[in-house]
Amino acid sequence: MCCQYILLLLLLGVSGGVSAVEVQRPRGVPLSKRQFYEEDKPFTCLDGSRNIPFDRVNDDYCDCQDGSDEPGTAACPNGSFHCTNAGFRPGFIPSSRINDGICDCCDTTDEYNSGAACQNTCRELGRKERESLQKMAEIAKEGFLLKQQLIQEAKRGLEDKKAKYADVQLSKNEFEKRVEALRTVKETAEQPEKEAKERHLKAWEGKLGCESISPSTVCTEHYITDSIVSLINIFLARLSCLDATYNSTAQKARDAFDEAERALREVDDQIKNLEKEISFDFGPTAEFAYLYSQCYELTSSEYIYRLCPFNRVSQKPKYGGSETNLGTWGQWAGPEDNPYSIMKYEHGTGCWQGPNRSTTIKLTCGKETVLTSTSEPSRCEYLMEFTSPAVCQEPSSLDSVLHEHEEL
Amino acid sequence: MAPVLVLWLAVCLSVTWAVDRGNFKTCDQSAFCKRQRALKPAESPYRALLETMELTNTRLTLQLINDNNKVRLLLELYRLQGNMTRVKINELKPLKPRYEVPDVLIREPPTEPLSLLSQDENGVVLSLGAESQRVIVSARPFRLDIMEGRDVLMSLNSRGLLAFEHLRMQEEEKVEDGMWEETFKSHSDSKPNGPSAVSLDFSLPGVEHVYGIPEHADTLRLKTTDNGDPYRLYNLDVFQYELYNPMALYGAVPVMLAHNAQRTTGIFWLNAAETWVDISSNTAGKTVFGKMLDYVQGSSETPQTDVRWISESGIIDVFIMLGPTPNDVFSQYASLTGTQSFPPLAAVGYHQCRWNYNDQEDVTSVDAGFDEHDIPYDYIWLDIEHTDGKRYFTWDPHKFATPKEMLQGLMDKKRKMVAIVDPHIKVDSNYKIHNEIRSRGFYIKNKDGGDYEGWCWPGSAGYPDFTRADMREWWASMFAYDQYEGSMENLYTWNDMNEPSVFNGPEVTMHKDAVHGAWEHRDVHNLYGFYVQMATAEGLIQRSGGVERPFVLTRAFFAGSQRYGAVWTGDNAAEWEHLKISIPMCLSLGLVGISFCGADVGGFFKSPSTELLVRWYQTGAYQPFFRAHAHLDTPRREPWLFGPENTALIREAVRQRYALLPYWYQQFYHAHRTGQPIMRPLWVEYPQDPATFALDDEFLIGRDLLVHPVTEEGARGVTAYLPGKGEVWFDVQTFQKHNGAQNLYIPVTMSSIPVFQRGGSIIPKKIRVRRASSCMMHDPYTLYVALNPQRTAEGKLYIDDGHTFNYEKKEFIHRRLSFTNNILSSVNLAPDAQFTTQSWIERIVILGASKPSTVTLKTADGKESQLEFDFDASMSVLTLRKPGMNAGVDWNVMLQ
Repeated sequence: MCCQYILLLLLLGVSGGVSAVEVQRPRGVPLSKRQFYEEDKPFTCLDGSRNIPFDRVNDDYCDCQDGSDEPGTAACPNGSFHCTNAGFRPGFIPSSRINDGICDCCDTTDEYNSGAACQNTCRELGRKERESLQKMAEIAKEGFLLKQQLIQEAKRGLEDKKAKYADVQLSKNEFEKRVEALRTVKETAEQPEKEAKERHLKAWEGKLGCESISPSTVCTEHYITDSIVSLINIFLARLSCLDATYNSTAQKARDAFDEAERALREVDDQIKNLEKEISFDFGPTAEFAYLYSQCYELTSSEYIYRLCPFNRVSQKPKYGGSETNLGTWGQWAGPEDNPYSIMKYEHGTGCWQGPNRSTTIKLTCGKETVLTSTSEPSRCEYLMEFTSPAVCQEPSSLDSVLHEHEEL
Repeated sequence: MAPVLVLWLAVCLSVTWAVDRGNFKTCDQSAFCKRQRALKPAESPYRALLETMELTNTRLTLQLINDNNKVRLLLELYRLQGNMTRVKINELKPLKPRYEVPDVLIREPPTEPLSLLSQDENGVVLSLGAESQRVIVSARPFRLDIMEGRDVLMSLNSRGLLAFEHLRMQEEEKVEDGMWEETFKSHSDSKPNGPSAVSLDFSLPGVEHVYGIPEHADTLRLKTTDNGDPYRLYNLDVFQYELYNPMALYGAVPVMLAHNAQRTTGIFWLNAAETWVDISSNTAGKTVFGKMLDYVQGSSETPQTDVRWISESGIIDVFIMLGPTPNDVFSQYASLTGTQSFPPLAAVGYHQCRWNYNDQEDVTSVDAGFDEHDIPYDYIWLDIEHTDGKRYFTWDPHKFATPKEMLQGLMDKKRKMVAIVDPHIKVDSNYKIHNEIRSRGFYIKNKDGGDYEGWCWPGSAGYPDFTRADMREWWASMFAYDQYEGSMENLYTWNDMNEPSVFNGPEVTMHKDAVHGAWEHRDVHNLYGFYVQMATAEGLIQRSGGVERPFVLTRAFFAGSQRYGAVWTGDNAAEWEHLKISIPMCLSLGLVGISFCGADVGGFFKSPSTELLVRWYQTGAYQPFFRAHAHLDTPRREPWLFGPENTALIREAVRQRYALLPYWYQQFYHAHRTGQPIMRPLWVEYPQDPATFALDDEFLIGRDLLVHPVTEEGARGVTAYLPGKGEVWFDVQTFQKHNGAQNLYIPVTMSSIPVFQRGGSIIPKKIRVRRASSCMMHDPYTLYVALNPQRTAEGKLYIDDGHTFNYEKKEFIHRRLSFTNNILSSVNLAPDAQFTTQSWIERIVILGASKPSTVTLKTADGKESQLEFDFDASMSVLTLRKPGMNAGVDWNVMLQ
């Protein structure tokens, strides 16, 4: 209860032989706050609420509301303890983890009085972290290069699309003209037919028969009778009469017109798709454009998962069975500072007594574009991880990252 | 159109979420209940044959004859030690033996001498021990009256509803519908033994409040049943149960308490068959004004409650507990069926459950989430999906491929796990457990002699016959570390579906004509879950060589289940009403011995609003079993998923629980020793204050903490009744003092949990809350001394190792802390016990104190030292700084 002041240098010397420049300060105090803990002066709680004699710092009794008098003991419920973690990254832990029998600081300094057998793992952790950071940095570097290509490709692609868009717009005019021209042809060709039809209708209203407008003798057999059955027959007959009156010129004109119209619709669709693609949010530099109209699969023990970015996510049982929609493209859903780190797919197939299925895709930087993991943390809410070079950020000099972590 | 749409939606939703009542029988659909209930109060056909009376030192026997059919019954009457009377009625010569419930009583209850006071041709009067208590046996018609002085405490068969359907041959008598065969929906009950129901009425003069007979989703005070169905006791897996009705639920404890300002008594109806309990009262429905009018006009009859028990088979075996105080009734009942098992300390902490944590990675990340958000917890739970195809004692080979690795990871954090083991066993010849049970003939049989098979989670399943001691022994052995692969000492067990639940059975349970050796399932039904938990707890004890305390949670239970672990209130829903009902449901269980009770925090079905979830954590933190649980189909709801503000609110609630663990643990120890409930209704401590009799929106933990959780949506305040004329209560957050015997309005915010400490009590806390309870083992105590107006206070401190049975070998510290004449002292309550602790006293907070000039600590070695202190004059709170003495030694602190 009374080990309030120690020489960290000594401790480090004994426990690990890690060479580090160390300064005398009360246990649990970070270097940055050392100046507030001066041995020969009363201590002022860091929130300024109280002055206490210095021997009450780390005396295992909480005197300051803010916990600042007990940086090295568990006495204050809101305190925090600074681990130097020489060889790794320094950090704070809640003071409730001091001497709780569980090793939290890799330099073992949190368990100075619990009997817990902690090993100093800082060097090992530091090495591993450096390795992984290095690896990540390499991936980021390569990924970032790939990303540049993707951006270029996207740019080219966009230009192509814009050019195509212009072309198609032009051709659309042609198609429109053609449609109009054919419409006139059609209407002209249809005129005699139309007249015949009108005559026929009038006759129908008068006689409920069709013989007067048709040379066909088939129709003449059908006169109105009282029975319902024959009424139905008459209707059928009327249809066949009309068919019979189609004349082939009109039909040809119609076909040509329909054909032209269909072609125009196709062009319209093409334009719409192009507009969509051109205006689509493929990231700040369109780096995600390459994912458009691609699909990526991942096979688990039971299912094959399929992600078609900006379109849909689905799941299919490995050994037969129908596909389930896990959501269609919703929006980018990352945090404000990084909106392009998460994709959200929504309104998939409904669950029994539950919501419609939805999927969150977490994107991380990778050299390759791969669906790496899938899980269902909540019923019908899927979570997948997806790597892509498009997510890679410019590696802010690897060296600086590593140095940051060496600091005490 | 819109209102119609809303109405239509409401109808649809209520259909979706309410119980399907059609799946469960009403009294009218249960042939014996209908038959028995058709009997109305009248002169009893039973007559006592006084000439057959035999009185030995310990019991009286007497034959009864039914004058209608001349069938004779044998009445046995015992005076039991501790102010109880046992009345047993069986057929004198049954065609074959009738079932008598074994294994529930902890021993053959010791008797006391009975003596004959007088006798004539109308009856006999017996003395019940020394206290002017008598029992009058009237012969014609037969009835029993238990008297004290000139007061009748209880009468049996005074309404003539004693009925005993004797066993008979089918051709013997007129056959009524449902006597020899009964169908419900598509299920047929073959009833080879014919009618066998038993029934008896009890009159309780002067009583207007009766409690108990859980499990029902109803108010604490039981209602009269004249206008509806009786309360039903039949362990059932009720899907989406409804509130405030007498329908049967998962467990059954056939114990009722009766209370008035003068006396508390109890009736324990020891019968494990389907049972219905009718309650009527001559004052029910009368308004206070009506009662006053009666009083003024002098026309008031004595209030009286009449109770009638009806069971489908077995015998009548009733224990009448005569109190007179609530605590007397608790110890009387405990002397019969035992007390609450003493759980490992960790089990009193917080439990994180969900159907399901999907895989080991999920477990690891949830575990890490608690550390990241600095929320303590002790157990993480795995529901059925962790198994290999719902084969219990196994692990899913993909999702839980290395269970020991996972358990070790938890152990490194001093945390534990509970995995589910249900009693339905998948019929699968590649499954070891099934093969062993089948080859040993341990399965329950169907009426035709084959193994009974029902449909449950694994598909087709068999049900081991847990009523067999050899089966239970084998089951227990399956928990050995070398049998239960992947298990470790920090893995504990959850028994669900042990009503038993049979998806395709009548009322979602087993056919009554299924066979357990010599008995039908009909006879033993309500015992099944009790036995499952018994065998499982025994398994956990055995695997540690008898050293470690087990922890087993059960859904189904019976009288005596308290001996084996914890219960929860089953599959509730994320609704405010369900939060509210958790209080009376657990209070009712506590009254009948089962203290270790909780409800799924957050609600099992549906998804709670954030406000409801927070309020539920705040309530659950002050109930004995504190576990969050959620249905598979609900979105995740770990405490940190609702924004930092709500995470902080939940963290604070859980931290309050952990800070109070020393007090909670002490309550468990006390419950284990005495049978008194931990979570108790106010009337238990204030038995003479009628204002407390029906309260069930607030409760006490032990004697000293009063909790009125916020259970209303959007609440701005709650009104709590603080009992005790001349007493005071201290708000545990603000230390503000309030007088007793008043309704106090307390404004609340989202962070409020209204809790009050009784003036006159001392509560030990550990305010250094850590990530799991065992991390706090050696931490120092803060004592909260709340002075009463007489400036005294008293409390206890109990410390042991927290997990072994060594406390039975006197390895514990038990001290009395008392404050009187300005001296706070710690005295050893168990001088013959031995245990040492590293814990010390770091702070003493005296509420309602005045400012001393000096404070002196004196330790056992005679050393004196002055203590520093702070005095807050506005709240009259005196805080003594760091007295520092060890928690296990004698000391006193003098204020001058």
